[in-house]
Amino acid sequence: MHSSIGQVVIYVIPAMVLAWFGWLAWRDRRDPANAGRQGFVARNGWPVAGFLVIAVGFWTIFMIVLPLFSMIDLSFRPKLPPPQWGGPKDFYTLDNYRYFLFGSTTSTAAWNVTHLTAFALTILTSIAITALDFVICYPIAYYMAKVARPNRLRLMMLMLIAPYWVNEILRAFAFRILFSSQGIINNVLMASGLIDQPVDFLAADVALYAGLAYAYLLMMMFALYNALDTLDGNLIEAARDLGAPWWHIHAFIAIPHAKPGIASGSTLVFMLTAGSLAAPLVLGGPRSLWFTPIVYDRFYQAFNWQQGAAYALILLVACVVFVLGVLRLFKLGLAEIAR
Amino acid sequence: MTSAVALDHVSIRFGSFTAVDDASLDIAPGEFFSFLGPSGCGKTTLLRTISGFVEPSEGVVRIDGKDMRGIGSNQRPTALIFQNLALFPMMSVAENIVYGLRVRGMGKSERMKVADRLLDLIALPGQGNKRIDELSGGQKQRVAIARALAVEPKVLLLDEPLSALDLKLRQHMRSELKEIQRRVGITFIYITHDQGEALTMSDRIAVMDRGVIQQIGDGRTLYNHPRTAFVASFVGETNILAGKVATAEGELAEVATAHGPLSGANARKLMSGSDAMLFIRPESLRLTAPGAGAIRGTIVGSAFEGHVTHVSLVAADGSKLTVSVNGEAARLVPEPGAEVGLVYRPEEAIILPSEGYAHA
Repeated sequence: MHSSIGQVVIYVIPAMVLAWFGWLAWRDRRDPANAGRQGFVARNGWPVAGFLVIAVGFWTIFMIVLPLFSMIDLSFRPKLPPPQWGGPKDFYTLDNYRYFLFGSTTSTAAWNVTHLTAFALTILTSIAITALDFVICYPIAYYMAKVARPNRLRLMMLMLIAPYWVNEILRAFAFRILFSSQGIINNVLMASGLIDQPVDFLAADVALYAGLAYAYLLMMMFALYNALDTLDGNLIEAARDLGAPWWHIHAFIAIPHAKPGIASGSTLVFMLTAGSLAAPLVLGGPRSLWFTPIVYDRFYQAFNWQQGAAYALILLVACVVFVLGVLRLFKLGLAEIAR
Repeated sequence: MTSAVALDHVSIRFGSFTAVDDASLDIAPGEFFSFLGPSGCGKTTLLRTISGFVEPSEGVVRIDGKDMRGIGSNQRPTALIFQNLALFPMMSVAENIVYGLRVRGMGKSERMKVADRLLDLIALPGQGNKRIDELSGGQKQRVAIARALAVEPKVLLLDEPLSALDLKLRQHMRSELKEIQRRVGITFIYITHDQGEALTMSDRIAVMDRGVIQQIGDGRTLYNHPRTAFVASFVGETNILAGKVATAEGELAEVATAHGPLSGANARKLMSGSDAMLFIRPESLRLTAPGAGAIRGTIVGSAFEGHVTHVSLVAADGSKLTVSVNGEAARLVPEPGAEVGLVYRPEEAIILPSEGYAHA
């Protein structure tokens, strides 16, 4: 076991965070506003409190914090055979990040066009797919929340959810079959005489975009449905009574009301789409560029975990920065989208 | 003169349920007209029909003489004030007020001038930039009125707008609403289950029960000359004595009740033998010596309300009666347990058919 700053970071930072939480809890109890209120432990008993602390603590530390910190640590190290771990060659370096930008760990002469293009396309396409999901989901969610009667609503919910009982990879393959040259869509188009040659939907990435749009549709659907469900029907009628046409009601009453739902749905869809692996692997054409298969290849084809970790972190940081930026643009707090 | 709103044999059915049954009436321009009735009587449905959210199953709604069939709520010259006000929480006070003008394409600077003028009208000058949740209940009320008035409707429809306010504010808003109506001079149609609101503000009132308009008239007429048993019992306090008409001659008739034969004004010219109800207002009854009056009863209690004291009695057959006493007489009310007689002037009691009366 080699000791280094990285190891310190991995264990010390979580400990500091825990200490900070402990201090917050202590301060909260001392707050005069909470005087006379029973503490959580007194109200619920030691077994419940203990279980919560242990379960949540274990989950956060072992499932989220430690793996993430060790990924960060790994991404700043060079690739070395195991005997040299902790040796004199094992030092912190920006080589892996340099490789992402320039396609080489040493030279900065040429840009790493393939990876940079794939990265940019992944982000841009994810934005487009998020927008497409919003356009698809908004009318359906509005219908479910404000128009449908309870029986119809239950049926629609079931029809929306049932396909997602099927595994993600199987769903991707189903899309592949639908869009293949002998698939149903080509057969229907040929039979109707619209085309005389089968269209190669896979090479044109149509299948990929359709599969990605479908993969996380429900995230948008239920975020929008929940937000629109809380819209007071009287507001819609009041706007109509004051002379508003239907589009004006959506643009200035319904959508502003649903803004937190739109933000949380879009955040989820964008993050998941940018990080999705199954659909690009199964539905991507021979020339399609998606960033996650490249990350996957760093780990399992190139066996370069250090570089893979760096690539994964670049995607994560880019997504988080983008989402926070957009939230700021729309004057929304993180707390609001978590409602 | 064309009426502001005319209902021509309007019926509204939802499936097999009839919400409004054959309503016909004319409301004059500038009138303060109320629909009064218990919840579920169809008054809100009727209001929603006038504003265009509900299409009548039969009959025609005319606004300003124009047939409203096929004209949506966003194209009618009406503005509705909702029971919960339905102010837009995502907009400022001023934006709420001029929303209807924005929809009509009025420019921003012009809109803001209108907003300022209306904020002055509702006594909230300079508060246009506030958020809706920063306003008090009464202020929200006034913003809702300003928002409706901004589109200069021919008819303002109000769906129990005061029901969410506390008693004091409600009474204050009554006079304020009346004052606003006087200033803008447009027709107000007001929905309420509170007879106090209807009686104090309205020029005319339509009393509704189970989808049927029972009677239309001003407050005094409804109170003094009810045409149906429902109106007599719903508008104001009253004592109800059921029986059969024994003798009917001229203006008066005699009803055989559990208290013996009692006479009253035969408003609907009932024939002898028909089922009838005799209505006597508490203030029409006077206490007298036991055995002297037409009705005998035992005092069970009295409630002092300042200007008036309500005395509760139980008659020999167990039915309850109320007598209002004021002034000097209030101090002379006997103790509970005392037996008393009750007298009234027959022309102040009213005899109406009990047919169709189900609220006893």
